[in-house]
Amino acid sequence: MSESDKKKPNRRDFILTATTAAGAVGVGAAVWPLVDQMNPDASVKALASTEVDVSSVQPGQSITVIWRGKPVFIKRRTQDEIDSARAVDLSELKHPEKDEDRAKDPEWLVMLGVCTHLGCVPLTDKGDYNAWFCPCHGSHYDTSGRIRKGPAPTNMEIPKYEFVNSNTIKIG
Amino acid sequence: MSDHEYTPKSKVGKWFNDRLPLLTLANHLTDYPTPKNLNYWWTFGGILTFCLITQIITGIILGMHYVAHADLAFQSVEHIMRDVNYGWLIRYVHANGASMFFLAVYIHIFRSLYYGSYKSPREVIWIIGMLIYFLMMATAFMGYVLPWGQMSFWGATVITNLFSAIPLVGDSITTWLWGGYSVDNPTLTRFFSLHYLFPFLILGLVILHIWALHVPGNNNPIGIDIKKPSKDTVPFHPYIVIKDLFALLIFLIIFAFFVFFSPNILGHADNYIEANPLVTPAHIVPEWYLLPFYAILRSVPDKLLGVIAMFAAIFVLVILPWLDTSKVRSTVFRPIYKQFYWFLVADVLILGYVGAMPAEGLYLLIARVATAYYFAHFLIILPFLGMKEKTTPLPLSITEPVLGGSADMAMAKNNNDYKEKL
Amino acid sequence: MKNFFKLITFFTLISSLIFSNVNAAGEKHELLKVDWSFKSFFGKFDRASLQRGYQVYSEVCASCHSLKHLSYRNLAEKGGPEFTELEVKAIASNFEVTDGPNSDGEMFERPAKLSDKFVMPYANVQEAIAANGGAYPPDMSVLVKARGGGANYIYSVLMGYEDPPAGMELDDGVYYNKYMYGNKIKMASPLDDDIVEYADGTKATIDQMAKDVTTFLQWTAEPHLETRHKMGFRVIIYLTVLTILVYFSMKKIWSRIETKV
Repeated sequence: MSESDKKKPNRRDFILTATTAAGAVGVGAAVWPLVDQMNPDASVKALASTEVDVSSVQPGQSITVIWRGKPVFIKRRTQDEIDSARAVDLSELKHPEKDEDRAKDPEWLVMLGVCTHLGCVPLTDKGDYNAWFCPCHGSHYDTSGRIRKGPAPTNMEIPKYEFVNSNTIKIG
Repeated sequence: MSDHEYTPKSKVGKWFNDRLPLLTLANHLTDYPTPKNLNYWWTFGGILTFCLITQIITGIILGMHYVAHADLAFQSVEHIMRDVNYGWLIRYVHANGASMFFLAVYIHIFRSLYYGSYKSPREVIWIIGMLIYFLMMATAFMGYVLPWGQMSFWGATVITNLFSAIPLVGDSITTWLWGGYSVDNPTLTRFFSLHYLFPFLILGLVILHIWALHVPGNNNPIGIDIKKPSKDTVPFHPYIVIKDLFALLIFLIIFAFFVFFSPNILGHADNYIEANPLVTPAHIVPEWYLLPFYAILRSVPDKLLGVIAMFAAIFVLVILPWLDTSKVRSTVFRPIYKQFYWFLVADVLILGYVGAMPAEGLYLLIARVATAYYFAHFLIILPFLGMKEKTTPLPLSITEPVLGGSADMAMAKNNNDYKEKL
Repeated sequence: MKNFFKLITFFTLISSLIFSNVNAAGEKHELLKVDWSFKSFFGKFDRASLQRGYQVYSEVCASCHSLKHLSYRNLAEKGGPEFTELEVKAIASNFEVTDGPNSDGEMFERPAKLSDKFVMPYANVQEAIAANGGAYPPDMSVLVKARGGGANYIYSVLMGYEDPPAGMELDDGVYYNKYMYGNKIKMASPLDDDIVEYADGTKATIDQMAKDVTTFLQWTAEPHLETRHKMGFRVIIYLTVLTILVYFSMKKIWSRIETKV
């Protein structure tokens, strides 16, 4: 280090500060594409919706379809199952949600078949509520797919879906 | 490694440094005494480090989206160009980055040739550098195969066929390289694997290259030994760092022009045609940075000798420190060698030019003359000139230049500037 | 500073050599040059021309030439022809794609969706070759980038159909083209005046259609061209400003010692 440098070590220097700031902005901007490239690409985003024909599903049956690489359970519920789901007092629930909000058409429950604990796929018609049971860490869900017992923190997620006609559900 | 003892100020720092002396290393790197008369040709070491890191980062990213399969490779590259977020940018940076990397490495090598940086005591730095250069060529070649276009496929076919020139085992070697009886999917997958591996070998060699550099310290434009640290040196940080940064930014502006406004000018149009094993393109040309060697290969009419000549052209560089007998490093003080040096530069440019032209008629003749000069330069001119040439007087130190006529006017002017300040 | 200028000269020298190499790679007739809107630093596509170009592609080229790397959704994306999503859905629904297997294990046909790739005119390369007298009609997705001369070359070939010069014998199904490599082409002149009817009232001359379809193919080859130009301009402005800042910082730092940079 030379003499003049030692004399004024803390001198505010506009040009050096400006250069450092401008450089930092540039590095930040250059890093973004390197990060964003790992986000879903245009072709993945384009596959965001899928249509399912449910005409052959009988009451009490359920089918599993794939949407965005994950299983979606489409359950045609019996009247008993609907009644038991709607009879529950919300205060008993770990994650209070009305069944009316989860299944707009009470006969059809459409939900992501992914346990909210660590992402396993629960088994159908199993567990304490004879609905869904996750074998990985023992989470029990009721006939509305709500968490009732076990480590999972929230109810199984309801994706965006709509009935295109009485036989076809469009998910996404 | 360090030139002086260094003790971290903080207790934690000292505790850590006693166990792993990273702080000593950092201190060594920042304080590293660097000749203060280094010119802009010396900034290419930093630029090359930047290029290597950029290629590794963009390459790792491309590897996340690329599919190494003969049926899917071309399609996956198009997927990167069209659908992946900023995929087009990352691929164009990687593809043009290879060219910029070679541009920088050629300047770096010719700088070393001009200022005699390969001479004692820096032979090992030079040899490691040549290994890096050789690995760079191998890496670039294999990378060019990955998009699986027509040039990829036929370039791979031609280059791997070079090995068939080896007597007796040649055919077995090419079959082994291909993993089949022609360039095909097994070739592509192994090239992908090695293309991913080699840059890390290069990175390791770069660390050795810098380590070996830090033992004797930098050469400098005058080429005389300097005492360090002394009035002749400045600490690497901030003086050299900021200067390298300035040069890097100029380099980046040129880089950006290629990436954003002419991203395909350095590539060959045929590589946007999917590989077709039944149709050879009318005119196979390697990437520009391999052209001089390609010209040497084609200038020899015999298959085996052509291959030997091409590899010899690289090997002759490796043994250069012992071919150049002159004790004077910098060309600045070697008036006759200076003429030959520029002759060599022109010669290599000419080789590059004829390498891109069809190997026939006048082009072939020029290629042969240029090849002959290339070898004569290293094998005849350098050894003899070193013994005969009368060099101009060397200054005693870079701050105390010799009085009277210096060979290089620019240098003389700089030296006068130093004197005025002193 | 003097060395610095030497460095710039060296760059120029090297790059001019590279450019001359590229340009020197085989040229028979000087290509026709068009002042394309997408050239230059601020180049953009002419949206209307892209839409017309798509019409020419779909009504003329698409019967033989595939665009296999494109999806229908691309037609609605920014920087392209920018048809509305409804228009593109209608375009896609004209094509049948094979999907499946369904729950009975059978493949079935359904109308194409936005996410589907462009339907190819032939099932595979062999079928395409067989249907076209032994010549493969190349996929057009990156055709502009796959030909030296780029857009000018495509335009020139479309405009280059002439009667063969005296003494030149042409086989059946082979045509003379001034700009084609070897001057022989197996594709008959694809364009004729008013072969398509433009919705926007533009007169469909051969020249107009050739320009429109070339513009369209430039976009299919470089769908992000507009973003690239815009980003490139910003990057270079930024780098220039930063270079100037670093230059003065360097002067400042080196002024601490008595040596010029």
